[in-house]
Amino acid sequence: MLLFWRTLQALPQAWRQRQKVMEQFFEIGNASLLMVCILSFFIGGVIALNFGPALVERSLASAVGGVVGLAIAKELAPVMMAILIAGRIGSAMAAEIGSMRVYQEIDALRTMNINPIHYLVLPRILALAAALPMLVIFSILIGWFGGSVVANFNHLMDIPFRVFFANMKDIVELGDVVNGVFKSFCFAVIIGTVSCHQGLTTIGGPRGIGRSVTKAVVNSIVLIVIFDYILTRFLLK
Amino acid sequence: MKSPNPTISGGVGLIVRGLRKSFGDQEVIRGIDFEVRPGEIFVIMGPSGSGKSVLLKHLIGLETPDAGEILINHEPITTPEIAAKYRMALVFQSGALLNSLTVGENVGLYLTEHRLNTAEEIEKIVAEKLADVGLKDAIHKMPGELSGGMKKRAAIARALVIRPQLILYDEPTSELDPISSVVIGNEILGLNRRIGVTSLVVSHDRDLAFGVADRIAVMSEGKILTISTPAEVKNFKDPLVQNFLNADFKREN
Repeated sequence: MLLFWRTLQALPQAWRQRQKVMEQFFEIGNASLLMVCILSFFIGGVIALNFGPALVERSLASAVGGVVGLAIAKELAPVMMAILIAGRIGSAMAAEIGSMRVYQEIDALRTMNINPIHYLVLPRILALAAALPMLVIFSILIGWFGGSVVANFNHLMDIPFRVFFANMKDIVELGDVVNGVFKSFCFAVIIGTVSCHQGLTTIGGPRGIGRSVTKAVVNSIVLIVIFDYILTRFLLK
Repeated sequence: MKSPNPTISGGVGLIVRGLRKSFGDQEVIRGIDFEVRPGEIFVIMGPSGSGKSVLLKHLIGLETPDAGEILINHEPITTPEIAAKYRMALVFQSGALLNSLTVGENVGLYLTEHRLNTAEEIEKIVAEKLADVGLKDAIHKMPGELSGGMKKRAAIARALVIRPQLILYDEPTSELDPISSVVIGNEILGLNRRIGVTSLVVSHDRDLAFGVADRIAVMSEGKILTISTPAEVKNFKDPLVQNFLNADFKREN
């Protein structure tokens, strides 16, 4: 909480740190885009596969698009992508900052009167807060596409693309997508803060770095799931 | 981030009074008093684990003492404006260069982050400081590509960019071969003579200490045993000091 507060206080420095934010942003996008595509396609597919046949059996084939669309936009894309980013980027952040701490690089910054929160934490949290919502928008689109492909080609459903997307259009509103994207923004702040905090409080040698990485990922995932419930309850119409 | 006043130059004085520090039950610094005069090379010697590095961290503000005070030019180091008023640099034992930046970026980091000069000026200053420590060709190398001695010299160059009034060296010759140690020793002396920077060297290297020091303090188990000129320290009768200074081994045939 303290780190989060200090990062908020450092926000006026954001423009000054824009180059580092862009570097981190590129790093996050570059490292995660392919994984986001693969994961989202199959998540969409598996949701269609799980719910589609049951709905078709009850003559609700026209609802498959809506169910898949809603589940992905509001829940699965933001949560799964946040977990993916916690594992992939949060761990890297904790390891990098942790090793900087262990090898006295952060002390060196302090002796040069360079605030590690401005130099290391702020750019990472800002880049994550910008990148994760974008990745989630991407994930929602790919997930919908994955769901429609499975609904179309699976012999238990055989739902044409046109019907699938028409139903999705009826049920899923722009607000639902905004809801999911907003959640992902909150998750990004959680991942960035937790991972940087773990990195900055690393003690010991390589074992300490390993411990920080594990704690960064586990704590991020636990907080994502808890905040997912809180945010969903809060955003419920 | 406040940047120090560039108009103040020359070495600063340092006074340490009644400094104490414990980690858990272990008291690492047990009431230390000493004074470093402006422009002096002051060496703190002592065996490993005597509290030298912890003391150094207090002097640069990386650790907070349990008791006692540290004064820079008679102003407490805890004063919020102290970092903005005086320029201090610490050359870490390991160099502590940022591994994700090139040597040139490391050396210019202070100027870049505090926006004290234009990019062209920073490039020029960095090249100049690296040339001063004989690392002109390493400007685009990553720290991982440097030897131990080169890393320390790059760390000195990074400290020089700050144009320090007080420079602290933590074991500057540890892990170095005798020739590199001499290069570093000459560097410490040369800097002191050229820019009049107050230098505080923490080391257990007897050759370095007696080669560069104006005065030497010998530390053991968190206390200072003596503070004198090199010649006086050599003749100091305390058995702990004599043991440390004359420790030697010979192969028995």
